[in-house]
Amino acid sequence: MRNALAIARRELQAYFVSPIAYVVTAAFLLVSGYLFAAILLLSQEATLRYLFGNLTTILLFVAPLLTMRLLAEEQRSGTLELLLTSPVQDWEVVLGKWLASLGLFAGIMLLTGYYPLILWRYGNPDWGPVLTGYGGVLLLGGTLLALGTLTSALTSNQIVAAVLGVGLSVLTWLIDALSQFTGPPVSGVFDYLALSTHFYDFLRGIVDTKDVVYYASVIVVTLFLATRVLETRRWR
Amino acid sequence: MIEVENLTKYYGNLAAIRNLNFRVEQGEILGFLGPNGAGKTTTMRILSGYMPPSAGAARVAGFDVFADSLEVRRRIGYMPETVPLYPEMSVGSYLDFMARIRGVSDRKTRVKAAMEACHITDKADTVIGKLSKGYRQRVGLAQALVHDPEVLILDEPTIGLDPKQIIEVRELIKELGHERTIILSTHILPEAQQTCDRVLIINEGEIVAEGTSRQLTDRLARGTLLHVQVAQPGQEVIEALRRVPGVLGVAPENGGVYGVTCAQGQDCRATIATTVVNGGWGLLELHSVEMSLEDIFLKLTAEEATTPMDDQQTEEGRSHHA
Repeated sequence: MRNALAIARRELQAYFVSPIAYVVTAAFLLVSGYLFAAILLLSQEATLRYLFGNLTTILLFVAPLLTMRLLAEEQRSGTLELLLTSPVQDWEVVLGKWLASLGLFAGIMLLTGYYPLILWRYGNPDWGPVLTGYGGVLLLGGTLLALGTLTSALTSNQIVAAVLGVGLSVLTWLIDALSQFTGPPVSGVFDYLALSTHFYDFLRGIVDTKDVVYYASVIVVTLFLATRVLETRRWR
Repeated sequence: MIEVENLTKYYGNLAAIRNLNFRVEQGEILGFLGPNGAGKTTTMRILSGYMPPSAGAARVAGFDVFADSLEVRRRIGYMPETVPLYPEMSVGSYLDFMARIRGVSDRKTRVKAAMEACHITDKADTVIGKLSKGYRQRVGLAQALVHDPEVLILDEPTIGLDPKQIIEVRELIKELGHERTIILSTHILPEAQQTCDRVLIINEGEIVAEGTSRQLTDRLARGTLLHVQVAQPGQEVIEALRRVPGVLGVAPENGGVYGVTCAQGQDCRATIATTVVNGGWGLLELHSVEMSLEDIFLKLTAEEATTPMDDQQTEEGRSHHA
């Protein structure tokens, strides 16, 4: 675990010297700020519910941009050989990488903290849904970042990792659409598997343990898979 | 310190190394010598715990490289051929990170010591991406040293350096070898001769020769090769050179150049010079030819095919590749 934190720390520092992190952060804040203002002016409601609903779509594309570098770049530059010949478990490498991306994402979300402050200054927001909304976005973000970490482990090309990441994210987000073509009980499986169906309760201020467990399980399973992918690197 | 038994590694159907067997004693500097693709890097990657062998076993300090990989990795400092560095980090913070993931407790002291050993203390705050090739190589060496490992595995540590840097790195390795076990790979024969206590020659995944560099040269050099260039070549030059005492054979090449093989332990340069000058053929050049790795391989592979070789064949083999 100590090693994972060391790797996460280094990766976070690397984020701040790479232009990608700044560009992605700036673009994300620009778009979300625009959405926040537009939604607020149109709806005249002191809520972040609609904003969060829209942000998820953007996240599907932004998260893979934050993770594409993580393992792909290490493989391309050969530094992975350094990590894999150090007394570090493979899962610690994967976990560290994911934690770094999560840290950056949490930082970005922190920068959106002035939205609720504005709502509070000029209106009377319901704090419950605001807080659970942030919680849901972090959980969903963490899951998308895990998926991105997995695709980054698969290739040594950052662009390929990003494209695969977007594909995998969108697919897991929309997979519940398949439930419309199948009857129960299969449709229930697709509904359960989709990232989207577990998200909306958070926006209503409801924290359902089932949803939290779902996201946590997807994160664990995905990071486990990423670890196995990394292990197979050794056998090639 | 290091024991390797029947080590074999396949990439698909291709055997990168086959049944390697060797030992390295504590405090010894062992050189892997071989052309590119001989299996040097594969062997080192297995020893460093990067990849498992297909068959056979390797132990470092008594720990199996596959079963006790973490224990092995704790005891090894490994510098891969393409030195893996994070270009955006400063030298100091890079070494600090490497020390951290190797569980070094007094990181400040160790990082400082590693930088001092590799003479990069003045570059501590420089960003790695801005360093010259020679400095990067030294940073790579410093990261291999930062956790004070018992064993150092260095893959082509002097590749791509200028002559001055090469000498510095060799000196550094020799210094480090006083208290550590070192395996280094190279395809430069003099490097192996100068730096290593013992040399393993690998070709096509197999050990073809082993011994101290002295033993190897004695075994391989059946004679010394001289290059003689004269202004007026001709049949009488060849005949005169053949009559010089100690000369085993003469092979004419283009441009009045003759490859002359002398018996081992005899220096016939003075006599050859006198002969050519007295004959009035005009001595333009006379120098002895260092046996290159290529020659050694030709010899070793040829030796396996046709033992024993006669001198005429040796001569021809050499003159083609000198």
